[in-house]
Amino acid sequence: MATTANEPVAIPGTSEERSQRPRRADSSGNGGRRNGVPATGKLPAVKKYSPPPASTGIWVVLASITMSFAAFTSALIVRQGGATDWHHLTLPPILYLNTLVLFASSFALEKARRQVGAFMGGQKTQGPKTQTDKPALWLYVALSLGLLFVGGQYVAWLQLRAQGLFLNTNPNSSFFYVLTAIHALHVLGGLGGLVRVISRLNQSILRKSPLDATAYYWHFMDALWVYLLLLLWMKL
Amino acid sequence: MHDMAKHEAVAHHAPTSFISKHVFSLDHKVIGKQYYGMALLAALVGMFLSWLMRVHLGWTNAAIPGLHLLTKNGAPGDVMTPEFYLQLMTMHATIMVFFVLTTAPFAAFGNYFLPIQVGAEDMPFPHFNMMSFWVTFVGFLVLVSSFFVGTGPTLGGWTQYAPLSALGEVGGPGEGTGVVLWALSIAIFCVGQLLGSLNFITTTLDMRTKGMSLWRLPLSAWGWFITSCMGLTAFAVLMPACILLILDHVAGTSFFVTGNIVINDQMQPHSGGSTLLWQHLFWFFGHPEVYIAIIPGMGIVSHVLMANMRKPMLSHRVLVYSMGGLAALSYMVYGHHMFVSGMNPVSSLAFSFPTLVITIPSTIVVLIWLGSLYGAKLRINSASLFGLGFISMFIAGGVSGFFLAQPSIDIMLHATYFVVGHFHLVMGVAAMFGIFAGTYFWFPKMYGRMMNETLGKVHFWLSFVGAYAVFMPFHYLGLAGNVRRYQAFTPDYMQPLIPLHRFITVAALITGAAQLIFVYNLIYSRFKGAPATDNPWQATSLEWSTPTTPPPHNNFGDKLPEVFHDPYQYGVESSVGDYVMQASPEKVKTEHDEA
Repeated sequence: MATTANEPVAIPGTSEERSQRPRRADSSGNGGRRNGVPATGKLPAVKKYSPPPASTGIWVVLASITMSFAAFTSALIVRQGGATDWHHLTLPPILYLNTLVLFASSFALEKARRQVGAFMGGQKTQGPKTQTDKPALWLYVALSLGLLFVGGQYVAWLQLRAQGLFLNTNPNSSFFYVLTAIHALHVLGGLGGLVRVISRLNQSILRKSPLDATAYYWHFMDALWVYLLLLLWMKL
Repeated sequence: MHDMAKHEAVAHHAPTSFISKHVFSLDHKVIGKQYYGMALLAALVGMFLSWLMRVHLGWTNAAIPGLHLLTKNGAPGDVMTPEFYLQLMTMHATIMVFFVLTTAPFAAFGNYFLPIQVGAEDMPFPHFNMMSFWVTFVGFLVLVSSFFVGTGPTLGGWTQYAPLSALGEVGGPGEGTGVVLWALSIAIFCVGQLLGSLNFITTTLDMRTKGMSLWRLPLSAWGWFITSCMGLTAFAVLMPACILLILDHVAGTSFFVTGNIVINDQMQPHSGGSTLLWQHLFWFFGHPEVYIAIIPGMGIVSHVLMANMRKPMLSHRVLVYSMGGLAALSYMVYGHHMFVSGMNPVSSLAFSFPTLVITIPSTIVVLIWLGSLYGAKLRINSASLFGLGFISMFIAGGVSGFFLAQPSIDIMLHATYFVVGHFHLVMGVAAMFGIFAGTYFWFPKMYGRMMNETLGKVHFWLSFVGAYAVFMPFHYLGLAGNVRRYQAFTPDYMQPLIPLHRFITVAALITGAAQLIFVYNLIYSRFKGAPATDNPWQATSLEWSTPTTPPPHNNFGDKLPEVFHDPYQYGVESSVGDYVMQASPEKVKTEHDEA
């Protein structure tokens, strides 16, 4: 644990306390995620053992992104329903290549996450330097592939433009640009998260929950992209 | 998301400079006060705009001295033009709904008291929290700035129905730049509220102190938690709608504008868009928004009333379930705003049913309040009076909802003042009374001084009588066929109603002026009020257990409290009196230990 702050560990005796806890209609507590804290309630100890909010927060973030894209989807379906100006649009083939790049990026991030998880869990088979070097390398790979994906999306927009399809040409092209651009913005946000994770890993102050949160977000971007690709392929 | 890493450890040190202490503060308490200050400013602006409208409705051709200062072309000779009236109406509604009713009960009080009530030292992501306020404030500035650019603010109403809202300047003054600024402001506002919701949800789930189970959360904390869950989904839908609306303006897309629209002999360059799409997206947000405004008030008022009734509600759990039920159902009823939109009548029927169902949890909440009040030795003070006022307004405004829920009746009443009266009472005045109840109740904790009770009671009675004097006649006007959104009622069948309009105008001016008593009380008590003790109301929840008043930077000093009791242990026998605080380890005998 020389290089990286660890996750809070279970406190001895907590589970016993939990099993002995009296049930309802009693003056003792029965909940609170912080119940694992030492009974003294002293602040430094509480801080050390409190669960990381990033692991809850990430699901909140993903829920709101899901809602936003659900709104865009329903907009697309309603708009198509009454449209007289709906023209078929052939997706630029580079999108399929971009999909693979995004998947590869996710794979690299997962690889890094596993490695960090392994040495945080206490497996010390290598020296402390190589412990952070290897996952950092995979993180750089994930970051580069992510950038490549955004670049690839940009190429797709250029290809559409070359066909004379602009944002306001027809509803299909409008939805294509809007959905892919907003997804790309979210991907850029995820790249910002990756940069932060890398810098914290290099400073040896990374905790595991932000890395996990970044990874969940990144995998979610994959799933969202596959969903969007199917939607665009079927509807446009 | 990536910022989470930084705030993992939650702790941040007490700020030292003026900027980090009062401006870009990470302290949830300061952020709460900033939200409150912004809401107060916005409320005064919104009220001022409503005064201008009321004067114009009562005396249509009268000049309002200085009116031309607010607008370039809207007030020749200080007489309001019809377009300017609509611009004022739009801004009044937008400012009130977004920047007062959403921010004050939810973001202001929630920021200040949610972390304290769950026993935490701060919210988990303080930087997001700070951004949440400043982003919202920028949204407010963007909205207000539309008074000073181009042809002024938009006149399309706070609902911004397409195609009018999407056509651009050709649709009327303010329909170009004004709409873009409006949509931009609301999209920015959505970002702020999403960041806030993220903090509220994680605070409630992750930051509760030892012994604070979900069922031991005070009802106010439940209100904020449920509201933040709604905010998370509602604002996430409004933002895409605003993005598409902006694109229709600046990029020439046709999401919301149909083809073949001719204005001033000019064919508009749009085709195929769906005007109803905007209404669907907007009201999918818009109806939950009504509950975003009122559910924190329900929580606050329950919290305040129990401390003054000295007994718990008939059922804590049923109240929580009902508030949750309201939140869930609010997503299924939004179509009742669209009964006259040309939507398929079958859809109207489908939306009418859940709209009638949603009256059930509302009624349960009201019955629990009334049943609990029955036989209680209620302490009469400004806070409890506004709590009672809240219930009164909620009932009075809610009852007309039963009528409007039915398409056959709504078609008659929808475009009249009946609806205006309905939503002003149930959403506007009720939520404002919730804010007032919270202010009188929590001010001693926030500033360490008591508010003046006499001024508070004068404020209550003037507001209570005044609000009914203003909004009850609206229902009568509506039944008489007085259409809404009209800027004047000149010689036609509405002529006989003008004396009533004048009465409403006078009542609105007096009621509005009465709010200045509240502002004076706030400022006076902040500096000259009687010093408050740590627990002036003998209340039980954790905000009254802080080591100092106002609470120290990390809320509880160097030791977090441990919770031993349900939130509202009033009417028991303990060493301190008829209540036992949540953080007190004292064992008491109680009939009410529900959780």
